[in-house]
Amino acid sequence: MIVNDPKKCCYCGGCVGVCPKAAITLKETRIEIDHEKCIECSSCVLICPVDAMKKVDGKGKGAKAGE
Amino acid sequence: MADNYDVVVVGGGPAGLMTSKKLAEQGVSVLCLEKLQEIGVPVRCAEGLGLNWFKRLGIKPNKQWAVNDIFGAALWTPKGKKIEVRTPDASGFVLERRLFEKELARDAAKAGAKIIVKTPVIAAERKNGGVEATTEEYGEIVKYNSKMIIAADGIESRVARMLGMETKIGLNDVDSGFQYEMAGIDFDDPDLISLFFGNKVAPRGYLWCFPKGKHEANVGVGIGGTRKESAKSYVDKFVAAHPGLKNGSKIIVNAGAIPVGGFLDNMVADNLMVIGDAAHQVDPIHGGGMGIVMEAGAIAAEVAAGALKRGDVSEKALSPYNGLWYEKRGNKLKGRLKRRLMLEEMTDDDFENIAANLNSEEVMKLAEGDLSMKAKVGLRFVKHPELMRKMLKHL
Repeated sequence: MIVNDPKKCCYCGGCVGVCPKAAITLKETRIEIDHEKCIECSSCVLICPVDAMKKVDGKGKGAKAGE
Repeated sequence: MADNYDVVVVGGGPAGLMTSKKLAEQGVSVLCLEKLQEIGVPVRCAEGLGLNWFKRLGIKPNKQWAVNDIFGAALWTPKGKKIEVRTPDASGFVLERRLFEKELARDAAKAGAKIIVKTPVIAAERKNGGVEATTEEYGEIVKYNSKMIIAADGIESRVARMLGMETKIGLNDVDSGFQYEMAGIDFDDPDLISLFFGNKVAPRGYLWCFPKGKHEANVGVGIGGTRKESAKSYVDKFVAAHPGLKNGSKIIVNAGAIPVGGFLDNMVADNLMVIGDAAHQVDPIHGGGMGIVMEAGAIAAEVAAGALKRGDVSEKALSPYNGLWYEKRGNKLKGRLKRRLMLEEMTDDDFENIAANLNSEEVMKLAEGDLSMKAKVGLRFVKHPELMRKMLKHL
């Protein structure tokens, strides 16, 4: 599962742009990940300028990032 | 009940604001929706704008936002050799971009465009020959009907994708960027932008220092999207190791992804145009896009205004935007994409050898893809055949 760390995140939206499945949304100061769509390709992890995206163990279907 | 406009522009950055202004000037009713609560922030940009762009776009530098005059660039090799370029082409201003964008917004509003902030578009769909944009304003769902949408919603563009156009960018075509605006610093050339190259400093990219005054600068990095360490870590390491910077203060933190390749061949669909970062309209070498996207916005606005007048906003009617933009800018940028690939292949030794064998004028010609450089490269790099091969391949 890909998760976003809101304490590191600078809300730049880079992860949204590289997501092949349009599974990420940048709200004003919040990243939302649609785990139903996410294929865990880690593109967002690689592009993140501040290491705020991380791949962790477990399936989080339906779970919201930062919660 | 939904409000009606000719055009809904999604995104209130330089691309969206310039497009809105140009549309309004041509009598088109236009609504510009910005999802954040303030125009101009956050500034995901090094804030440099070349003199050429002021001329091309007919913008007069205003001292309120054109805060520092730049007379050229200093290119630094990994070992610290400096190549200084002082030419009109490398001159310009470092902006206080949030103020610049506010002026753009004021101009657009004065021209008759309507701008609304804190209004994210959460859905868009074609309906009755037009497009319905669904927004969320203070938790309330509000819908706007228009004949067409212009997506200027940045690297995180979702609106074009909502309308069926794939604007996703591959990791090889995007840089990971991070920047501090620093104050209380001392550095060598407050009237030059400084670019630092090398695989330790900025793998597959460069680190920049764009002065905003004698003791203030944007210090940032753009590195390949397939990196091992975060962009932030490279800036932190550089600042910590640089005597003039390490005691300074970081007064703004910015991050961003920079689309440095992967131009969209087709930037239109029925009822839709895409401009700016959303269309990956960025210079592949230096990663700057402000001027490029404002120019694209003006082109898109002209095509859209014509199409609206004729009552046809089909893909075919909007497609002249593709040709006009590529003719004016896109084809040149595609050429520069080749030199970006050259830059990406450079080892640290290559940078030193280039600095040792070419003068500043020749380095600029190399970056511009000047074909006269082929013979020079062939002559001067006989001792470095591998480097010569890389250079000739991408010239």
